[in-house]
Amino acid sequence: MKKKDPFFWVTISCGIIIMAFILLPLVEMMAAPSLPMLKKTICDKDVVRSIRLSIITAGSAALISFLLGTPLAYFLARNHFRGKRLIESIIDLPIVIPHPVVGIAILSVAGKNHWLGKILHELGIRIMGSVTGIIVVLIFVGMPFYVNCVKDGFERVSPRLENVSRSLGASMFSTFFRVTFRLAWRSMVIGFIMAMARAISEFGAVVIVAYHPMIAPVMIYERFAGFGLKYSQPVAVWLVSVCLILFLTVRILTLRKPATS
Amino acid sequence: MIRVTDLNINLGGFQLCDINLTIAENEFFVLMGPTGSGKTVLLEAIAGLIPVKTGNISVDKKNITRIPPEKRGVGIVYQDQALFPHLTVKENILYGIPYQKIKKSVAEKRLDDLIGILNISHILDRFPVNLSGGEKQRVAMARALIVHPKILLLDEPLSALDPNFRKEMKTALKALQQSSMTTFLMVTHDFGEAFYLADNAAVINQGRIAQTGRVDDLFQHPVSPFVAEFVGMENIFPASFIGNKAILGDLEIDIGINVRHTSTYLAIRPEDIQISKTPILENGYHGLKGSISDFIDSGIYFNVSVNVGTVIFQILMLKNTLLDMGITTGSEIYLNIRPAAFHTF
Repeated sequence: MKKKDPFFWVTISCGIIIMAFILLPLVEMMAAPSLPMLKKTICDKDVVRSIRLSIITAGSAALISFLLGTPLAYFLARNHFRGKRLIESIIDLPIVIPHPVVGIAILSVAGKNHWLGKILHELGIRIMGSVTGIIVVLIFVGMPFYVNCVKDGFERVSPRLENVSRSLGASMFSTFFRVTFRLAWRSMVIGFIMAMARAISEFGAVVIVAYHPMIAPVMIYERFAGFGLKYSQPVAVWLVSVCLILFLTVRILTLRKPATS
Repeated sequence: MIRVTDLNINLGGFQLCDINLTIAENEFFVLMGPTGSGKTVLLEAIAGLIPVKTGNISVDKKNITRIPPEKRGVGIVYQDQALFPHLTVKENILYGIPYQKIKKSVAEKRLDDLIGILNISHILDRFPVNLSGGEKQRVAMARALIVHPKILLLDEPLSALDPNFRKEMKTALKALQQSSMTTFLMVTHDFGEAFYLADNAAVINQGRIAQTGRVDDLFQHPVSPFVAEFVGMENIFPASFIGNKAILGDLEIDIGINVRHTSTYLAIRPEDIQISKTPILENGYHGLKGSISDFIDSGIYFNVSVNVGTVIFQILMLKNTLLDMGITTGSEIYLNIRPAAFHTF
């Protein structure tokens, strides 16, 4: 594209607007708290506890997405069948549903009036106001990111490699671990981090299911509602820093060139 | 021996119907057909990679139709070689060894033998991304043969190679088949490859076997217009036959042989027709007077179109031969055809 071309300047202008749109509020927020304020915030046990809980619950949700989502992603990548589009749309549903609705939907099956809620209650599993409840919500919102990312990764591995592996004597399991996994692991890592990052930023659904124990986004909301912008900003800065580290990791992993035949 | 009996496969939009094939032990068999005819599907069915609807596949009288791919002893080499990109050449070749219950010394002996035959000792530590097309093909062959498959399936192994490597690889393939004493079933749409490599062949079209037999038999005696066209018979005419005469529209040709009255087509290979300025009156040649309507320059050859009445014949002639004759479009010439060049079906 030549620099004189008006189209070039349209693309550059749009890019600048978008970058400013994303960065301006974030930079403003990050720069607002003073260093002593940031230090004081990170020494606050409640803040540390909420950020730690955010990371643990998001990490647990991403781990469960990895365990349950990997076989599903593989199945979708390798099979073509009637109703596949429908299943893919169902997997994407959590992305488009308003987040408080997700919370309400989860509570509606976890309550004692529902058969599933009764079973969970009898097993001693509590959803409302518990870490378990937070993890359930975060799995719900993070799973589509994991499954879609890993499905794309599996689709990039030629089925012919698996065919050859099996013709050489390897079982399906052996083929998966020696060939498919070795070539698609990067997608799994990226999917894991995407799902975890998405889970860390979740607020709307968590606040319905479990206000307490408090994760970082709920704490930011509480500080904002109770004490104003000045007191919510330092917690937000620490949370954004954690998210930034996660996304930088994704970018570094994505930029590394995968092996190709 | 491989025997495919009444095999039917349904893949939604594509079907293989009533496939019957018999391939002798240690034979080099070629499966030919146009793109989308079902060649690769049949190979993958024999390898156990595609589910069979009905019918049987047996190897050495053992029914393997429902046996998983890893227990069939059937190797496969794809056109794109499908080398594992995360493994070195040596690791690729040795990939199947852990499943073979053989001693390490035996595996090393096999590896050394294949490295020698295929001349790949200098690339063992490279990754596939750093190999040429010919090298990849050799590695894929070594990887498939080191596990001693009962049958090796080759899916157009030469078509992705450039012409220089193709000739070299063709020779290597034949030597490898003879030295490995393995049954080879190769898919190709190049008749030259089939002639050089195989004794027997089958032509497949739209999921059905159109003809099987010796390669030269398919070449000389096709049983349908499709096979005739596929093996390069460009002159295929609907005809009626009375005694030893073939009637093509307003043209009557004495073909010198009595034809079955069930035959409905007359076919002549383009290279079996000679062009001359005067008719050749020896060796039973049949002369037809016509005029040249078109030339197509194909490098060494000319594809010449000649009108004889309302019938257009296609002739393949060496460029120099034609230029020496000094004929041009519109020239009146004679087409000379030996009786043996007439094929009816």
